[in-house]
Amino acid sequence: MCETCGCGDPEMVPVEVQEKILSGNERQAAHNRAHFGEHGVLAINLMGSPGAGKTAVLEATARALSGRRLAAMAGDLATERDAERLRAAGIPTQSITTGSACHLDADLVHRALHHIALDGIDYLFIENVGNLVCPAVYDLGQAFNVVALAVTEGEDKPLKYPVMFRKADLVLVTKVDLLPHLPDVRVEAIEENLARVMPALAVLPVSARTGQGIDTWTAWLERERPRQHPSGVAAHHQHG
Amino acid sequence: MHEYSIVQALLAQVERQAARHGASAVRRLEVRIGELSGVEVDLLKTAYEMMRDRTICDGAPMEVTPVAARWECRACGQAIPQGMALRCAACGSGARLTAGDEIMLDRIELEVADV
Repeated sequence: MCETCGCGDPEMVPVEVQEKILSGNERQAAHNRAHFGEHGVLAINLMGSPGAGKTAVLEATARALSGRRLAAMAGDLATERDAERLRAAGIPTQSITTGSACHLDADLVHRALHHIALDGIDYLFIENVGNLVCPAVYDLGQAFNVVALAVTEGEDKPLKYPVMFRKADLVLVTKVDLLPHLPDVRVEAIEENLARVMPALAVLPVSARTGQGIDTWTAWLERERPRQHPSGVAAHHQHG
Repeated sequence: MHEYSIVQALLAQVERQAARHGASAVRRLEVRIGELSGVEVDLLKTAYEMMRDRTICDGAPMEVTPVAARWECRACGQAIPQGMALRCAACGSGARLTAGDEIMLDRIELEVADV
């Protein structure tokens, strides 16, 4: 630094960045989305608390959609248990062990995609890490976010975790076969709370154990799938 | 706790900006965080203070502007108060979030050697 006039002093330069902090993840998610589109795969990001029944729903889905080709990714902090269950249900599954990470991101999904042959696959289910908070923040390139919410979690969860349910295109209220044992839980109350946080309410009560509602869920999937197909009638998806 | 991953992305983003402008240091950051973005401002600040050491942001304060959630009818634009059912009282359509999901880096102040 020059002591006479201060020349050589660093200059303060303000920069208007105006950029999303997760723009890198969004670019990767767009890349994944393009992959899914090219292969005519309907990709579902399945989220929910640990124990909400995400894996059980997918097992029931595999039974109900036996004419379709399914693939899955299962994100977990540790163990391959979910992936093993899904493989046993006939769904080729790539596990993503996240270590300490509480969510999947678009890059983890992209790396897992290198191990999955998408040709001929109709549905790719991305079973996210069990967590009602962090996974909601990261776009993976999915066509839809589906959240599993078990009746045993209580009626108030949508209000406590508004970010997750705001991002949900569909909420599966799971384990409804347990309702007779839960006198304080009403599906209508869960729906009322969801209506306060979901910009377009879409709720399906299901039971993977009894199969209740699973046909409605698979009908929803079948209705949405052709729109994703490159040669489909309505390739451009619009939220209703 | 995904705030650490957010800060990781933020630091990388600031590094890129600093390199582009030939900066030797960062004096200040301004970010904007929406109420419904899924990012907790306090956790973000804690994570930032833990992670900025020995990066280009060493010692640089981060100012966070929180943004309240704002919903409106996706068909007619009527405002829908938060906490109410997200359905338009006037026309019955669903809602659209017009503010409150921001996770944005707005502005940085860089130190660039005077030549």
